[in-house]
Amino acid sequence: MGRYVARRLLQVIPVVIGVTFIIFCLVFALPGDPIQALAGDKRADPNIAAILRAHYHLNEPLYQQYWHYISGVLTGDLGETYNGRAISDIVSERFPVTLKLGLTSFALEAVIGIIAGIFSALKKGKFIDNVVLVSTLVLISIPVFVLGSVLQLEFGVNLKITPVAGIEHGWPQSYILPAVVLASTSMAYIARLVRTSMMESVRADYVRTAIAKGLPTRRVIGVHAMRNSLIPVVTFLGFDLGALMGGAIITERVFNMPGIGGQLAQSVYLRERPVVVGLVTLLVLIYLVANLLVDLLYAVLDPRIRYE
Amino acid sequence: MTIIDPTDAVPAQRPGDHENTGPLLEVRDLHVEFQTREGVVKAVNGVNYTVDSGETLAVLGESGSGKSVTAQAIMGILDMPPARIPQGEIRFYGQDMLTMGAEERRKLRGARIAMIFQDALSSLNPVLSVGFQLGEMFRVHQGMSRKQAKAKSIELMDRVKIPAAAARVNDYPHQFSGGMRQRIMIAMALALEPDLIIADEPTTALDVTVQAQVMDLLAELQREYRMGLILITHDLGVVADVADKIAVMYAGRIVETAPVHELYKRPAHPYTRGLLDSIPRLDQKGQELYAIQGLPPNLLKVPQGCAFNPRCDKAQDICRTEFPPLVPVTEADGTELPGRASACHFWKETIHG
Repeated sequence: MGRYVARRLLQVIPVVIGVTFIIFCLVFALPGDPIQALAGDKRADPNIAAILRAHYHLNEPLYQQYWHYISGVLTGDLGETYNGRAISDIVSERFPVTLKLGLTSFALEAVIGIIAGIFSALKKGKFIDNVVLVSTLVLISIPVFVLGSVLQLEFGVNLKITPVAGIEHGWPQSYILPAVVLASTSMAYIARLVRTSMMESVRADYVRTAIAKGLPTRRVIGVHAMRNSLIPVVTFLGFDLGALMGGAIITERVFNMPGIGGQLAQSVYLRERPVVVGLVTLLVLIYLVANLLVDLLYAVLDPRIRYE
Repeated sequence: MTIIDPTDAVPAQRPGDHENTGPLLEVRDLHVEFQTREGVVKAVNGVNYTVDSGETLAVLGESGSGKSVTAQAIMGILDMPPARIPQGEIRFYGQDMLTMGAEERRKLRGARIAMIFQDALSSLNPVLSVGFQLGEMFRVHQGMSRKQAKAKSIELMDRVKIPAAAARVNDYPHQFSGGMRQRIMIAMALALEPDLIIADEPTTALDVTVQAQVMDLLAELQREYRMGLILITHDLGVVADVADKIAVMYAGRIVETAPVHELYKRPAHPYTRGLLDSIPRLDQKGQELYAIQGLPPNLLKVPQGCAFNPRCDKAQDICRTEFPPLVPVTEADGTELPGRASACHFWKETIHG
């Protein structure tokens, strides 16, 4: 197990180098001049532009620029934006917002999704099952910005129980509404996933054995059927944790939250290569760690899987 | 919060003793049907049998003859719906289990009536250790702590002769061989020393040498605890050594009952004869093996008269029109043969040639 984790962590290194390089090339290939972008609609002062270009190595070939960047990253310096702001500052300012939003939403989708799925599976064909099936279908089909705006109007403006937008009320008040919106689609997927796999394991032979042992229904479902039906759900949750940490561009926009997603969109627009590369690398790292956790969790959930 | 002293735990847990007004298990006119899209499948149509303490009843029959469904009805583990029990009684020490409350029924399951399933690999939970699954019996039914339950599990694994039980208690089912897994199933059924064990084809999934070991173990433990045993099987070889009496099922009915050796010597139903003739025999080496023609009946549409008539080579007109009840079988001179019965219009011809 320890060796397995070490090997997986070592694999992270080439992935990070590869990813940063690809992102670097892609951003480099974007049309437009980042220094001119600083000046907006006016023409940039040629002298200042030349100084900035030299400072940020913009006149050098791609591989040299990448070398400057990656050697900085390896010494812990993520670089700075073209107007002189340290990228680590941006990350430490923006990331907590995304983290709080993402984790809240993750908790919501996992808890509500799994509970809804279990009830739906156990009451197959009954009223509650239909409620879950219809409501998940509705959630999957409504676009995030529509749901977001409707909830803002209803809970923020009409009922006034949550802030309409922004984060000045802190966690949880300011985060609950966007988290619900962000979680909605995944929650629906999880509910359906749990429903299917639960229905499958309830029919399994070992569940019949558990009933024949005289265990109370709660224990038959909670201990014997649950463990097995959670395995596919964990895969989805791990994947989704990575996706949630990537920042939710639309949700952050609708609720005016200063998270990673919004920053990333803006930086792409301003051709801020180091910011884009830095943020994407960070997200890739989170993704890799989430995947590693999923794989390790597999071994916990299913003893038939062993890592050497 | 009662502290269970193992020495007097046994009588305290046997409420059956004071309500002991009948045999250990008595199934009376049991009917089970399944509601399906194609119609009502009549899986069990009026089964009667009794099992006493220390007695082994073998229930024999092809797939789909209703032997497993009867067992599941006794255990109370049928999925209802789609299954339905329109009539019948299952009396446990005289008390009809079909009229009991769900909770009362649950407490009997595992503790007083236990079941051993066919395929131990799929019947044991793959993600829980065998120690956990064994210990669960003690924790749920007797409120033991995890630690006590684990000690009990090791003891049980020793009982069923699993080598290095203490070291293997935390292993998972897939880490055991087929025979060892079936031993664990047996240990689980024995855990609370039930009055009755139902073994549903306990050796079908095992290879022949292991089959014998597992059957011997089961028979030995049964003798030791004086349990009633219902052995469901389609393997006539297994039955001969272990069973006291046999019930042969066909299309959801019992077509013949007999003490075990009587049945082998003189079957009183053409179906039983067919089954016996289809066992490979050393003295008939080289000859073609007999097989009963045709397929088991479609339970959506059981043939009129005797259900076996389309496959029976002795069928007459009466077999196609009239339903043969299960009648006592006697000697040619009218002497009673205890425990024998046959549901064939021509049982006399069949048994006495």
